[in-house]
Amino acid sequence: MKIDKFEKRVLIITLSVIGLFIFSLLYAKNKYQTDLPECLPYNKVYTEPKINKIDSTTYQVFSVASMWQFEPGEIYVPVGSEVDFYLTSKDVVHGFNIAQKNVNMMAVYGSINKTTVKFDKPGVYDIVCHEYCGVGHQNMRAQVIVNYPTAK
Amino acid sequence: MQVSKTFKRIIYLELAIPVALLIIGIYHGLMQTVYRAGVLHQTSFLKLDYYQGLTLHGVINALVLTTFFAVAFGHATMAFYFKKEPNKKLMWLSFWLMLTGVLLAAATMLMGKASVLYTFYPPLKAHPLFYLGAALLIVGSWVPLFDWVRMYNAWKKEHPETKTPLAVLGTLINFIIWFMCTLAVAYEVLVLLIPWSMGWTKTVNVNLARTLFWFFGHALVYFWLLPAYIMFYTILPKVAGGKLYSDLAGRIALFLFLIFSIPVGVHHQYSDPTITRGVKFFHGLLTYGVAIPSFITAFTIAASLEYAGRKRGAKGLFGWMAKLPYLNKDKFLFGYFICGLILFIFGGVTGIINSSYSLNNVIHNTAWLPGHFHMTVAGPVFLGIVGMSLYLYARMSGKKIFMPSVNAIIPYLWMIGMLIFSFGMSWGGLRGEPRRTNLGISYLNPESAQFRPDWVPTTTIALLGGVIMFLAGMLFVVVFFGTIFKKKTEEGQLDIPVAEAFHDEKRVPLFDRFKPWLAAMIVIILLAYIPALINVNKNSGPGAPRYNIDNPMPLENKTETVKP
Ligand code: HEM
Ligand SMILES: [Cu+2]
Ligand SMILES: [Cu+2]
Repeated sequence: MKIDKFEKRVLIITLSVIGLFIFSLLYAKNKYQTDLPECLPYNKVYTEPKINKIDSTTYQVFSVASMWQFEPGEIYVPVGSEVDFYLTSKDVVHGFNIAQKNVNMMAVYGSINKTTVKFDKPGVYDIVCHEYCGVGHQNMRAQVIVNYPTAK
Repeated sequence: MQVSKTFKRIIYLELAIPVALLIIGIYHGLMQTVYRAGVLHQTSFLKLDYYQGLTLHGVINALVLTTFFAVAFGHATMAFYFKKEPNKKLMWLSFWLMLTGVLLAAATMLMGKASVLYTFYPPLKAHPLFYLGAALLIVGSWVPLFDWVRMYNAWKKEHPETKTPLAVLGTLINFIIWFMCTLAVAYEVLVLLIPWSMGWTKTVNVNLARTLFWFFGHALVYFWLLPAYIMFYTILPKVAGGKLYSDLAGRIALFLFLIFSIPVGVHHQYSDPTITRGVKFFHGLLTYGVAIPSFITAFTIAASLEYAGRKRGAKGLFGWMAKLPYLNKDKFLFGYFICGLILFIFGGVTGIINSSYSLNNVIHNTAWLPGHFHMTVAGPVFLGIVGMSLYLYARMSGKKIFMPSVNAIIPYLWMIGMLIFSFGMSWGGLRGEPRRTNLGISYLNPESAQFRPDWVPTTTIALLGGVIMFLAGMLFVVVFFGTIFKKKTEEGQLDIPVAEAFHDEKRVPLFDRFKPWLAAMIVIILLAYIPALINVNKNSGPGAPRYNIDNPMPLENKTETVKP
């Protein structure tokens, strides 16, 4: 089978481009520590909303989404904190998006999602529910308040 | 070729019903951009709620239009290439099943009993007839496949050494993918959701339902795309005045779609719990596998167009681009195809971003996503579907196009609107605008504590694009129904342009038979989905009861509190 020389070139270019994508993806994953949420087996412990302070800059937040709020709704942490978010839903599927931090998780009944975020800069970070969850969906928002105006 | 009255009648119905429904579908598209830009600060307009409208928009545009067209175009392709009509009884059976399904689903949506969006994720509960409607639409679309396989086998017996026509191969591959992937959603609907929505089973495993849905969901997008691909390979080069650069390239691309379309569905669940990162990464890699046939197609189509341009006397490296029949009223299909392809360049690039593992964190479920897929499903898919529907109807009925000059510019208007719309949506998504959200009530309402002034410019751009698209869409509806109401001027016939191949390679048996590819497809699906299902099974806790869209208490509890 003879392959047209242009087609051959295109195939080589295609494979190199895809190779480049895979390389950049792995490179970024290591260099910037970006990763997808971590999946944990279901555990009832995480279904009670809670903020645990482990030490001055390490926090655990058990975030529980429900129609149409996140609990806890306001999370105060100091600048430089590393926060582990554990997420679940009390009812339908909800979303959990901190756009400024590229945090993106789904809250699903009967399961636990987890991610870690470092808040280096002071400010108010919106947590937006970005999955349709019924008539009050557009009102479902929480906030992370990082030293602003001052940490409580 | 001459075709029977019954054949024509079925095809007309299958083309015209979705175009009529598009009036509702596209109206809601416009309204979504209006609410989202904060022009309206209310839950509903003209008695139709935002999310009810969004459900209608997704179901009509993305499920009904695409499925009806795929079936009608499949019938036309089979009849045209085999010079034989499919079995009429089965054609009617398929039509009535699909229509009943659509009517059931439409009734529940219009009554506001199924505002669960076209993905119908549990535990939001829709009316059981909504699920039944979806199942009937799907089952109805399975019926033709069995008849077409019979036709194909009969033809193959007579022509064992002839290459299967590329369009036939594409149609069969498309419906095999469709059959395989819809098995999962049929299971989800019939076994998990209907008994649960009726209250026969108490709970449903939400993660399992989502995983089954996306087993179907990504292949669904290829079911939308492949009819357009078939048109680009087998019709476009002819309309452009040239030849298909390589026939074999088309076959290879189609078989690669067969094996890679399904085992990538977890890339829609990158943000989901219960599925481990390893499985997600594997599906991400396989998604890059689908990029290969896409690149092959991009090259082959571009080369075919270049050939056409040069044949028309173009000089230089890019001269051919200027020599194509962009605004030729008699070759209006060219405009529909080329605008779709231009949009698809952006659709493809944004799609690669979405599938790139942790990059997905940046855009998942933001407005970026509708920005992306309107440049695929509402780009090449939509333009291919409506252009071809008009073409097939006009030729089969022997009528002239109504307002041919308007018709020639519709795709360009749509494309310009779409580029503006998608620019606004994508940019907004990068700024965190959520999708599937009636922004006008909260985030785009200056009176609300949630007001986000930084989303005003982006939603306004999307609104501008939406208005232009709406205009183009309505003009199409006028042209289509205007053509239907015209008088017949010539003998109608089933006529599809057929592109010859520039490189018409010898028959390669491997690329002209299904068995090895089907085996490969099944192996890869098992490799990709057994681990995913094991994950879901292992990491999921209790199942969920039923919820209505307007009440945080589950349905069971309500009846329990009534009883003392
Ligand atoms: C006038 C033309 C159109 C406009 C202005 C428009 C606008 C929109 C907007 C703004 C959304 C997002 C709404 C939200 O997430 O809150 C959306 C969603 C969607 N559109 Fe369109 N659209 C149009 C045509 C189409 C066409 C022709 C198709 C398919 C053939 C289509 C398929 C979809 C789908 C599948 C969704 C997702 C629904 C969901 O998230 O459940 N749209 N559209
Ligand atoms: Cu929510
Ligand atoms: Cu996909």
